[in-house]
Amino acid sequence: MRTNDVMLQTATKVVTFIILMFAVHIFFAGHYTPGGGFVGGLLTTSAIVLLMLSFDISTVKKILPINYVTMTAIGLLIALATASGAIIFDVPFFTHAFGYFDLPLFGKTSLHSAMLFDAGVYLVVVGVTMTIIQTIGEDE
Amino acid sequence: MSFVLLIFLPLLAALFVPLLFKKVGKIHTGWFVLIIPVVLFSYYVSLLPTTIHGGNLVSEFQWIPSLDIAFIAYIDGLSLLFTLLITGIGALVVLYSIFYLDKHREQLHNFYVYLLMFMTAMLGIVQSDHLITLYLFWELTSISSFLLIGYWYTRDRSRFGALKSMMITVFGGLMMLGGFVLLSIMGGTYSIRELIPQATELVSHDFFIWALVLVLFGAFTKSAQFPFYIWLPDAMEAPTPVSAYLHSATMVKAGLYLVARLTPIFAISGTWMWLVASVGLFTMFWGSFFALKQKDLKGILAFSTVSQLGLIMSLLGASAAGYHIDNIAETTFKYAGFAAIFHLINHAVFKGSLFMIAGIVDHETGTRDIRKLGGLMSLMPISFTVAVIGAFSMAGLPPFGGFLSKEMFLTAMLSLTEFDLFSMDVWGILFPVVAWLGSVFTFIYSFYFVFHTFAGEHKPDQLPKPAHEAPIGMLISPVFLALLVVVIFFIPNLIGDWLVKPAVLAMQPFLYDSPEEIKIHVSAWHGFNPEFFMTLGIFAIGFLMFWTLRKWQKSYDLFPEAISLNALYDNMVFLSDTGANRFSRIYMTGFIRSYLVYMFSFVIFIVLGTLFLTDAFAIDFTNLAPVGFYEIVILIALVGSTFTILFSKSRLTGIIALGAVGYSIALLFVIFRAPDLALTQLVIETISVALFLLAFYHLPQISRKEERMRFRFGNALVAIGVGVTVTLVALSSLSQKAMPSISEFYKETVYKEAGGGNIVNVILVDYRGFDTLFEIAVLAITGIGIITMIKLRLTKKEDQHENK
Repeated sequence: MRTNDVMLQTATKVVTFIILMFAVHIFFAGHYTPGGGFVGGLLTTSAIVLLMLSFDISTVKKILPINYVTMTAIGLLIALATASGAIIFDVPFFTHAFGYFDLPLFGKTSLHSAMLFDAGVYLVVVGVTMTIIQTIGEDE
Repeated sequence: MSFVLLIFLPLLAALFVPLLFKKVGKIHTGWFVLIIPVVLFSYYVSLLPTTIHGGNLVSEFQWIPSLDIAFIAYIDGLSLLFTLLITGIGALVVLYSIFYLDKHREQLHNFYVYLLMFMTAMLGIVQSDHLITLYLFWELTSISSFLLIGYWYTRDRSRFGALKSMMITVFGGLMMLGGFVLLSIMGGTYSIRELIPQATELVSHDFFIWALVLVLFGAFTKSAQFPFYIWLPDAMEAPTPVSAYLHSATMVKAGLYLVARLTPIFAISGTWMWLVASVGLFTMFWGSFFALKQKDLKGILAFSTVSQLGLIMSLLGASAAGYHIDNIAETTFKYAGFAAIFHLINHAVFKGSLFMIAGIVDHETGTRDIRKLGGLMSLMPISFTVAVIGAFSMAGLPPFGGFLSKEMFLTAMLSLTEFDLFSMDVWGILFPVVAWLGSVFTFIYSFYFVFHTFAGEHKPDQLPKPAHEAPIGMLISPVFLALLVVVIFFIPNLIGDWLVKPAVLAMQPFLYDSPEEIKIHVSAWHGFNPEFFMTLGIFAIGFLMFWTLRKWQKSYDLFPEAISLNALYDNMVFLSDTGANRFSRIYMTGFIRSYLVYMFSFVIFIVLGTLFLTDAFAIDFTNLAPVGFYEIVILIALVGSTFTILFSKSRLTGIIALGAVGYSIALLFVIFRAPDLALTQLVIETISVALFLLAFYHLPQISRKEERMRFRFGNALVAIGVGVTVTLVALSSLSQKAMPSISEFYKETVYKEAGGGNIVNVILVDYRGFDTLFEIAVLAITGIGIITMIKLRLTKKEDQHENK
């Protein structure tokens, strides 16, 4: 059942990038304005799902040759490492650190160890949802 | 030097074993492993001068300071004695195993890793002063024993034996943990050293008897006492070095150690004395009686170990009598404690050598079936000599170490008849009688073991391999142990002063101030006293019965197998397995819809029940905001699409309507100024609709013609119930604020303490970071689950053969 959705495919090529950029923005902005790793991850997934809907799974696999299971594992490890990293500094498990730094290009930026944790969440969310969609989608 | 860290030395060494096995394949891995027990043994020997005069050493290593849990190594006479046994016999067993296990055919890296793990665990048990770490090491021995018994894991019997030993000892271990917790509640500390001085106050506590019984469960299961001994014969599936080490010399003695160590706390109680002494003595008789039924060499030794452990246990129980006697040094009650420790040493030495001989016979003839063996005396002269020495010591014949402790055992049992507390004056007479009977059978099975293997007619046609003497390396360890057996007979008082008395002091700290006060002189000749005549009787009757063994051994087969303890265990395992299966079949229908009905009914029951019980119904509309135009529109859409799901004829319509429900809720979030939630809801809804559509392909058709689902009264009831419950909860919680809202706290601290601005996200990553961590873990597990369900479906029936 291959239909040639020219309109959908053309639109997708543009919209996917918009959604992805928005996902990145929302992920980084999460600590101060609405957003965060969870929503960011879901948005990224929806961008990929959109790609899958308008093209097909094998095409998307060629575009994004990512092993989502590994991605999930890496995400979990990052989250765990961030949480347990606190032990090295002799503070209780899961103590976050934050501060303001002057970075080139960005200027005064607030950096936060919760961000790393959130990155773990992001990866797990993208990894798991994509794993599920891919495995169910491929199973014919 | 903080010697507490030495406990972990074997475990650390275990890390290198796989590497050595893989990289240095030419040299047997055992040679490297051998270094560990030898080094440890020589170090611990250097501590002997401290304990000989009743001194002790303490070394601490903090583990979880916030819970007050630390590794505390406490070395006194008792723990040092066990430590030396563990490292000394350990070294001999490793040496023996080098020749027993082939370096090409066996998975040596597994074997030595488990063995070293066990060594750490065992050292931990005997040196721990902290009850919780003691428990930790205790279970670690169960686990390493499990792994070692199951070493040849392709054999059915190995796996069965491993599981059985694990089930029974871990069950006991858990009981023991309960006892430890009760002890700490009573005494306010987990430290054994600090509990002992409180013994007189503890005895009147309500929990005392519970703690006592629970701790004994642990000791009895580990030390294979009646009726828990059934795991030990099955544990003989382990390689023989393991049987010699774990299942005769060390691990099974952990229970004895525990009883000896806690004697100062519990011995005041009559229950303790009765339980320990009578269970021990009965086990001694039972084990020796059934040893004669065995046809397998290691089976005989297993039952003999059970019996000997019972003997030591009964002596430990009898030693409690000393706590009720004034001026113990003048009476015969002083012998029990001494005899217990002395026999423990003897047993470790002679049983170690006997196990190694059984292994040698197995290794060189290919069978352990005593009916096929015989006449090996001339073919294996060294093994025969060692076996005779070991078995005669076990039977209590002079001039071997076992004779001395056996005599003392009879003395101690006789002394119990003179004890006039706890109605011992009535029942005490049973102790020497049962002890004598047990000793007779011990005598018979010792002879049975040696002479049915080495004497009689040689049957080469029944042996899988032609018999010949073992290589010299394999003989070193048993010969050394056999020499020790003889040496102990000639220098018993040296052993007594160096090892036994300091250990007895640790067992009876209230009775003596220093080991020198224990006035016991061991000698082979005591004159014509009752013990002497009892021993003569044992020899005479034992010899007669051994002579006629073939005539009456068959009567053992008359015991019906169906009412044995083994059958009880098997039935329990079978019942719990199939019983649980059958029970879950009743409600596990395999349909998600039934599970949803269970879950929702439970939610209704719990929530409505709580609302009723706490009388929480309160409906108050005063604080409500006015309902605006947009809300009404969205609600109409919401209700409309919900009904569409119910009445839709095709699944596709249902899924789209479900999406509409989600989007209208997202809109509601927008109106109520919750952008985070709205955003999440929108994306989730999008993805889940996509997922539904994907899964839609795989769903079976409900019927050939697409029609809407039939009306089911029960489901409608549950659905309405959930709706009513949620509404009631929402209204009630809105109408009454029992406690101030937490949002103020978040508002105040979100920037100050968490350095963020978006409360929702900061809650996710910081305030409630644990929740998120576990949630993403659950997500990952779900992902793996779905992969396994879809990708790894077993299509063929052959794949299901797990149990070959």
